[in-house]
Amino acid sequence: MSPPDFLHDLLNPDLAFLPKALLVAVMSSIVCGVVGCYVVLRGMAFIGDAVAHAVFPGLAVAFAVSGNLILGGTLAGVLTAVLVAVFSQNRRLREDSVIGVFFVAAFALGIVVISRTPGYAGSLQQFLFGSITGIPDEDLLTVAVMGVAVLGVVFGLHKEFVAVTLDREMARAMGLRVFWLDVVLYVLVTLAVVISVQTIGNILVLALLVTPAATARLLTDRLAVMMLLAPVVGGLCALVGLYVSWSWDFPTGGTIVLVLTAVFLATWALAPRHGLLARGLVRRRSARV
Amino acid sequence: MSALRVSGLAVDLGGRRVLTDVDLTVDRGELVGLIGPNGAGKTTLLRGLMGLVRPRAGVVVVEGGQPGYVPQRHEFAWDFPISVENVVMTGRTGRLGLLRRPGAGDWRAVSEALERVRMTDLRTRPVGELSGGQRQRVLLARALALRPSVLLLDEPFTGLDMPTQELLSDLLLSLAGEHAVLTTTHDLPGALHTCDRLVLLNRTVVAAGTPDELRDERPWVDTFGVGAGSPLLKILKAG
Repeated sequence: MSPPDFLHDLLNPDLAFLPKALLVAVMSSIVCGVVGCYVVLRGMAFIGDAVAHAVFPGLAVAFAVSGNLILGGTLAGVLTAVLVAVFSQNRRLREDSVIGVFFVAAFALGIVVISRTPGYAGSLQQFLFGSITGIPDEDLLTVAVMGVAVLGVVFGLHKEFVAVTLDREMARAMGLRVFWLDVVLYVLVTLAVVISVQTIGNILVLALLVTPAATARLLTDRLAVMMLLAPVVGGLCALVGLYVSWSWDFPTGGTIVLVLTAVFLATWALAPRHGLLARGLVRRRSARV
Repeated sequence: MSALRVSGLAVDLGGRRVLTDVDLTVDRGELVGLIGPNGAGKTTLLRGLMGLVRPRAGVVVVEGGQPGYVPQRHEFAWDFPISVENVVMTGRTGRLGLLRRPGAGDWRAVSEALERVRMTDLRTRPVGELSGGQRQRVLLARALALRPSVLLLDEPFTGLDMPTQELLSDLLLSLAGEHAVLTTTHDLPGALHTCDRLVLLNRTVVAAGTPDELRDERPWVDTFGVGAGSPLLKILKAG
């Protein structure tokens, strides 16, 4: 399918779900791209994964009682994130062990809950791998408002997050509330995950958090540039991914992730300063001298 | 009056008494070396002075508010994509407060701090590309960005080669012109050579004085628990 055909489909009133899915996918990729910069720079990928999975029981409960999925997912994700932050204060256990305990427990709870709900098989697949159909109109607004709120908090607390990431001890000495900043960051990751789960799915959402930010990191040594590049990469890949999945009838979440991965690999090979090619050229040049 | 005054300080960690009855003063214009074996409580003392651990007893008086703190180099995330001047600005994060952006006065303080550690030329360089000595100076500039009266340094010389160590101790001496500087170190010859006074610490202050006043072996043997033939004592005699 050519891009004009895709545009035609986007404007076709019979396919009203398509532009909605595109909007949600692009908005959530942008939010994940920005929040993902902290995830990548703090080495929090495992926490991102944990929160993504922890959202699941909330979705399951909301689905079972026909409540609001976004609200349910947010509550469950935030609760797990706070539990991890609290239990990590115990020095005897490393944070990754605490995360390992809670996120699998949350996911297990989700599976038990959803198995009690009639007709769960189809919805299970939808939760895990995402779907572009059936996004209610009001979700569009919810995603937009939550996205703007997340970006607003990131912008407002940026210098504090940077200080804590660089040097926790020093941040504490300066009087920053390190524990609360951690909790806020976990909550931001949760919200970014929740608004993305609908289209890309529970299991694949980690890619939206990590891959665009990791790609941007390969391209720059400046944080401001990285935090602009990551959402651009994420948003464009979501657009291209949706187009490819619509054209060839591939699953949307998986296609978006594969497009992201292809861009990451290309960047890794071709990045101007630190890429494989650039380093190879430098080596050859210095060998000749 | 001394810029830093500590009396009767006691600190517990994990239910164990780590420091007991520590008395210590550092004046403006003084470079004081804090010396003791591993586990003597040197870092804990600095953390206590910064308010990072709550003392069980004792009084800490610091002129001009919070001291400038230079933690050990490995505490810092050097792979973070950030320039030298922005790292120095993070030293002012707490002072700035929530939702405030740095103003002209903050940038003046940053460039002044960079000037004083002679890093002005490298101010836009990503920190990941710096050498060990340059990294140490960035952390020093970050501490100076708040214009503190007292500077506390935790093992700044560790892992640096000799010429870099000498440059750094010259820098510390010049900073001691205006500040009260307290630094932990394992480099005994360097400390005997450079510091105005030394404080020997092992759970409490065993002895304190100028290098000349500490010629006697006794307090060194007590602090480090070494035998009569120890190379440490030979260094002391040679110095």
